[in-house]
Amino acid sequence: MKKTGGQILWESLVREGVTCVFGYPGGAILPAYDAMLDYPIRHVLVRHEQGATHMADGYARASGGVGVAIATSGPGATNMVTGIATAMMDSVPIVCITGQVGSKLIGSDAFQETDITGITLPVTKHNYLVTRADEVARVVREAFYVARSGRPGPVLIDITKDAQQSLAEFVWPDEPKLRGYRPAHRPLEREVEHALDLIHSAKRPVILAGHGIMVSGAMTVVRQFAERTNIPIAMTLLGIGGFPASHPLNLGMMGMHGEAWVNTAIQEADLLLAFGMRFDDRVTGNLKTYAPTAKKIHIDIDPAEINKNVRADVGLVGDLRETLEELLPRVEACDRGEWLSYIGGLKGDAAVRDIQNLPDNGHLYAAHVINDIWRETDGKAIVVTDVGQHQMWEAQYYKHEDPRSLITSGGLGTMGFALPAAIGAKLARPDAEVWVVAGDGGFQMTLAELGTIMQEGIDINVAIINNGYLGMVRQWQEFFYERRYAATPLVSPDFAKLAEAYGLKAMHVSTRAEVVPSVQAARAHRGTVVIDFHVEQEDSVYPMVPAGNDLHNMIRRPSAIVETGADA
Amino acid sequence: MNTFVVLVENVPGVLTRVASLVRRRGFNIESLTVGHTETDEVSRMTIVIDTDDLGARRVEAHLYKLLNVLRVDHISAQTAVLRDLALIKVSATPETRAQIMQLTQVFRARVVDVSPTSLMIETTGTEDKVDSLIEVLRPYGILEMARTGRVAMARGTGPTRTQTYEDVEATEDSNVSYSV
Repeated sequence: MKKTGGQILWESLVREGVTCVFGYPGGAILPAYDAMLDYPIRHVLVRHEQGATHMADGYARASGGVGVAIATSGPGATNMVTGIATAMMDSVPIVCITGQVGSKLIGSDAFQETDITGITLPVTKHNYLVTRADEVARVVREAFYVARSGRPGPVLIDITKDAQQSLAEFVWPDEPKLRGYRPAHRPLEREVEHALDLIHSAKRPVILAGHGIMVSGAMTVVRQFAERTNIPIAMTLLGIGGFPASHPLNLGMMGMHGEAWVNTAIQEADLLLAFGMRFDDRVTGNLKTYAPTAKKIHIDIDPAEINKNVRADVGLVGDLRETLEELLPRVEACDRGEWLSYIGGLKGDAAVRDIQNLPDNGHLYAAHVINDIWRETDGKAIVVTDVGQHQMWEAQYYKHEDPRSLITSGGLGTMGFALPAAIGAKLARPDAEVWVVAGDGGFQMTLAELGTIMQEGIDINVAIINNGYLGMVRQWQEFFYERRYAATPLVSPDFAKLAEAYGLKAMHVSTRAEVVPSVQAARAHRGTVVIDFHVEQEDSVYPMVPAGNDLHNMIRRPSAIVETGADA
Repeated sequence: MNTFVVLVENVPGVLTRVASLVRRRGFNIESLTVGHTETDEVSRMTIVIDTDDLGARRVEAHLYKLLNVLRVDHISAQTAVLRDLALIKVSATPETRAQIMQLTQVFRARVVDVSPTSLMIETTGTEDKVDSLIEVLRPYGILEMARTGRVAMARGTGPTRTQTYEDVEATEDSNVSYSV
């Protein structure tokens, strides 16, 4: 029996295991929406298509599966671009489906027509324009395969209205046929041997662990590798959670806001082992002075990442988990006592950053709020952050033990990501406790999704770190622009009243004593709770390597900060 | 200058994908030609990019990330035949016409059109040869010129040969080393 292109779309999504999509209907996608009602798929109506893409993104990052977003042509499609670019930069598998005007109208500037395949070409792993119903099943099959295989990424499928309406036989391809796509790589044996030699002769090695740990599911083997070789691990922002924070070999986050001992260890290392990370400029600082004495072994699934920013002495192109499983039986156990105790010495007193026990001086600091959320949730929550100071404080003061427990926009740095991504994460893992940590700036970019929370009955908790500034930009103005606060002071509405207007429970917190009770109340409440934390306005994130500076030349925590209690 | 021969699936939008990729990765295309091959489903591009060896490896790796790209060959690293075709319209008077035609013969170029005031000359060869011809014609007054940009092919039964579509599929880059 023949089906419409719209029916074939949903039939195909069901076959791909999709149970939940995030979307917003409109004229050019209406035939598909009409067919949706007959399929067992939950549709979450968003308030803006950007929200749909971030929800699909959060869904994918929390679950390890593929997230799906759907929108109409023209403005619906262009509103997705930021979310698609976010997923591209962080290698997140999402499939975005957009309606397109009828194939006969393409190129005529028809109502709500836009060249979305052209627009998204640089920010998708691949995209498709589908003009016939009999292409839909094949393209959906390919799109999911491309999105999740190799180095994952977003795929967009643009389907013309007539392709959704016309009839075709439903034929589900056994396997996708893509002649020019070779996602599977294996490192060469001679490279593996070279890597083993470097590992065995290194005196001061450091592992740099990135998002690839989660993507390839390499948590166990990374841990085994590190423990057998006794090599300490520094994490990228997106690597956090891939290796337990409490593990003695975990040094913490590297880069611009990494702790001094982490960056110093990298700069003094004689071998860097890059595991599924891409030497972003926020991680390396000045490339000319980056880890000058270190040989580099770079393991990545994407050949284009090897030698892109940092020259690799050995490039192992392959899946991280498979590659490490090949290396593991061949590495010899090593004692690195001297190197580890040297790094331990670098930590000094700074390692004991017990901000919990600092006296309450009447001020409320973001670090306290985040640290208290960590204590109260036993470090077990999925925390979804926005972008800015609070994001860095989260990375510093919430100790993640589990993979996929920190969801954040790293590469693109997309403000407004947190709230919708958290909705996606909660729907992917309904039993998990989900916390949003967002600033007052980013929260206002996508706060309309509170409406989605209300309509869908989503149960998450939202911590707004409200300092009345676009804080990270303000910090740069303070450090590098003589405190000329151009356009960073930010007036916000009463977030509690706003949340209440959406039928959500809400609180204001402005003293340290109120933090723990508010977090406890939020956790006890069924349904979403929004807590507006009024924190110190001109607090800064330390340490900091100014953009483009040498990694070892960082701005350290000033002693005044110790007095204010933001850090010790 | 680095020359790449890129075999791509002959599908709509593939030229945009390749050109967009090269642009957004910060490389400059000196020339790009595209045309049919001996296989219907495969088109062949010759792309000349001004970059160093490391840049050339990056271009190659990024090109392979495009799903429609079947094969990339860095021709500069091989012995290859490189050709450029040019059509040159030169101003010609009864006095200069014979001289121009003589020069044309020296360069083994051909006169393909004659009008009372001009000649059109067709030439094929390396870019150097075409450049030299243009230089000697310039004093007579070049009215119009069209150059194709470089097309290239490796000598011998080299790796770029594609007798069948399946050959393209079967080519593996598994022996590529990524280490410096």
